[in-house]
Amino acid sequence: MDPLVNWALELIRKTSTDLSPDVERWLRRAREEEAEGGTAWNVLDAMIRNVEMSREAGTPICQDTGLTTFFVQVPRGTDPEAIREALQQAIRLATQEGSLRPNSVHPITGKNTGDNLGVDLPHIEFEPSPDDGLVIDLLLKGGGSENTGAQYRLPDAGLKAGRDLEGVYRCVVDAVHHAQGHGCAPGILGVCIGGDRAGGYAGAKRQLLRPLDDTNPDPALAELEERLIRDCNRLGVGPMGFGGRTTVLAVKVGWKHRHPASFFVSIAYSCWADRHRRLEVRNGVGKVF
Amino acid sequence: MANEPLRLRMPVSEEVLRGLTIGQELLLSGTVVTARDMGHKFLVEAFRPDFADLLQGAFVYHCGPIMVREGEGWRVVSAGPTTSNREEPYQAEVIARYRIAGVIGKGGMGEKTSRALQQHGAVYLHAVGGAGTLLARRVRRVREVRMLQEFGVPEAFWVLEVEDFPVVVTMDARGGSLHREVLAASEARRKELLGL
Repeated sequence: MDPLVNWALELIRKTSTDLSPDVERWLRRAREEEAEGGTAWNVLDAMIRNVEMSREAGTPICQDTGLTTFFVQVPRGTDPEAIREALQQAIRLATQEGSLRPNSVHPITGKNTGDNLGVDLPHIEFEPSPDDGLVIDLLLKGGGSENTGAQYRLPDAGLKAGRDLEGVYRCVVDAVHHAQGHGCAPGILGVCIGGDRAGGYAGAKRQLLRPLDDTNPDPALAELEERLIRDCNRLGVGPMGFGGRTTVLAVKVGWKHRHPASFFVSIAYSCWADRHRRLEVRNGVGKVF
Repeated sequence: MANEPLRLRMPVSEEVLRGLTIGQELLLSGTVVTARDMGHKFLVEAFRPDFADLLQGAFVYHCGPIMVREGEGWRVVSAGPTTSNREEPYQAEVIARYRIAGVIGKGGMGEKTSRALQQHGAVYLHAVGGAGTLLARRVRRVREVRMLQEFGVPEAFWVLEVEDFPVVVTMDARGGSLHREVLAASEARRKELLGL
């Protein structure tokens, strides 16, 4: 068997069962913010215990293992189709063993393919690798959080939102309010300013791959991120929407050039279980981070 | 609202259900039946007499679990709640027709469901979303599965015996809804922040 299948299978397992350390750290920090023994504290505590149990048992953190989205950096001379086939094979195996729930459903008949494969599933975005390394990022994002994503078109009179960063701020606060607990708060938000409708959502999702403790290289956006975290948490939605201090764990904002007539603000809402991991293949050896 | 969780073993009388109030944490034991989008549509499209006995007095659990075959039976791997508001168009009718004790899910439900809970003495219980492994361990036995071929694993009706399943009452039979309260407070803050 292609060794890439094994490494990809390991990537899927780890993404589904072992939450990345930065997200876990942020959850622990959020628990400290709440009153011990109160409902918000208990909810965060259950999340953290669940993360620990899932890691130990090797079982999925959440039964909704989402749709599989891969971001692949392909080295020169490597056939992307071979990578696609290996990823498909790994998904088939991961589904059989229960690391993934079968989530690929025909949109009209409702028939489940049973193996997580289908039209545009897995969704793979290829780009050239800057060096000889093959890098594969996997994002598993559940349906409940995906449903709470939103796209705004500025200006928006109802929100008094113009075509500027203040307008962007207003859209995000509004989206977090409307999400309430439905996307499994506390959420992690990926935001994309600009692009077209499709590119905006794709760009927003990509923001979810950023480490939670990084700082936006653009100082204006870094400031916007901080302001959004602070003010979204003032909404009081709280963990699972029960009320509390932590409504979002992080906000990450990026941008794309836009058409002069269009100003989209696209928001990808990730549940607290922001599951993403990276596989790097260098010098013939694969390693999952 | 720190409180000691109340242990509740099904079947539970309507009187007990009507006595529950929002914010109360429970450890639930007994039969729950998973049902989500296809299941609710199926139950409402026509009355299904063969589901009447199964559902009466049981909790419907909004959940699409990960299940693995084990010999002749099944093992639950991960089984947290799914978002409930997708079932809002159907839930009131499921409560009325099948006389369920209530619903377990996440995110809460709307006014139509709230009225049905009041009318029929049922409650909405909230489980922690994403806590798939933790909640799966509170399933003692998989009793049966229905409509597996037709609906597939996540959408099938899984009949589960749970033990000390942790939930919070977030909508009660007195018309109370924690979700309504949190939404109203959040809406006030939203308007304040945006100067609307």
